[in-house]
Amino acid sequence: MCETCGCGDPEVVPVEVQQDLLAGNDRTARHNRDHFMRDGVLAVNLMGSPGSGKTALLEATARRTDDWRLGALSGDLATDNDARRLDAAGIPSEAITTGSACHLDARLVHRALHDLPWRDLDLLFIENVGNLVCPAIYDLGQEVNVVALAVTEGDDKPLKYPVMFRKADLVLLTKVDLLPYLPQVNVAAIEDALARTMPEPNLIRVSAVTGEGIDKWVDWLRARRSATVCAEATTATTTTATA
Amino acid sequence: MHEYSLIQSLLDVVDAEARSRGATAVHHLRVQVGELSGVETELLASAYELFREHTSCAGADLEIVPVPARWGCPDCGAEIVRGDVLRCAACARPAQLETGDEILLERIEMEVA
Repeated sequence: MCETCGCGDPEVVPVEVQQDLLAGNDRTARHNRDHFMRDGVLAVNLMGSPGSGKTALLEATARRTDDWRLGALSGDLATDNDARRLDAAGIPSEAITTGSACHLDARLVHRALHDLPWRDLDLLFIENVGNLVCPAIYDLGQEVNVVALAVTEGDDKPLKYPVMFRKADLVLLTKVDLLPYLPQVNVAAIEDALARTMPEPNLIRVSAVTGEGIDKWVDWLRARRSATVCAEATTATTTTATA
Repeated sequence: MHEYSLIQSLLDVVDAEARSRGATAVHHLRVQVGELSGVETELLASAYELFREHTSCAGADLEIVPVPARWGCPDCGAEIVRGDVLRCAACARPAQLETGDEILLERIEMEVA
């Protein structure tokens, strides 16, 4: 009842909530991250436009990482084509078919983990749905975000999709073997666009066809994985010491 | 079209709040949407119109407050001019996003008996 004058009208009260609308997803993402951390698995969220060369990049990665146990979750609206390609390339994979959803979320990843023996892996690739918008806003529990950007996409893509590039830890400029046929594409302009959208711009030029840059990308992964394993060991030591 | 799933979680949060406070009606919601949150405010508004029927928000207005992106230097606090390289000209430190990535239900106005 209205307490101001006692008139009997219902009272309208403002309630300050300050609730992040992604909180539910972020909770599940933290759960996934804890799992990856505990088992020393480096989880890589690989994003990019449809056709930017994500699957070909992973196939090329598998050819240079014989000493690693790789696995992948592969998101698409329909078909398990990418997961089958990755299986054939020696990366055990599980498809996540999203139906009409344009991105993966932490819950979809968590559910798919039940079907993939991921605990023994060194590295888990999560190949997101091809899309430069929605995947960027959903934390999946990954350690790093990598964006594949093909040279054929034009040099102002980062300026057009700043949300995606802001979240990237690394951008892989793919299909660089095509550069001689694309005189209008200026790599310096791509680098400039990245400097205006990524606080710590980091670009590696790669070609899944010629193998250019794949070693550099694998070295980057190796460094990130060492950092993850060290962090995991530190956490374990701290936990033991506390216990 | 992640705006639809965001509206679903908005309705869930409002419903839980309204229930826990014994509200008889919800009048108004205020949501902050950052420029770099990846959310399209018009799509969010139309998703809300579509989904609010038969929920505790059926009679509630949705106010969307856009929050501009603001980048600054984490060391000296200098603001990075919009469109510039995201690195402090003075300290050379990578810029930090200070505002502009929020997707936040800020306030609910509800009627209590």
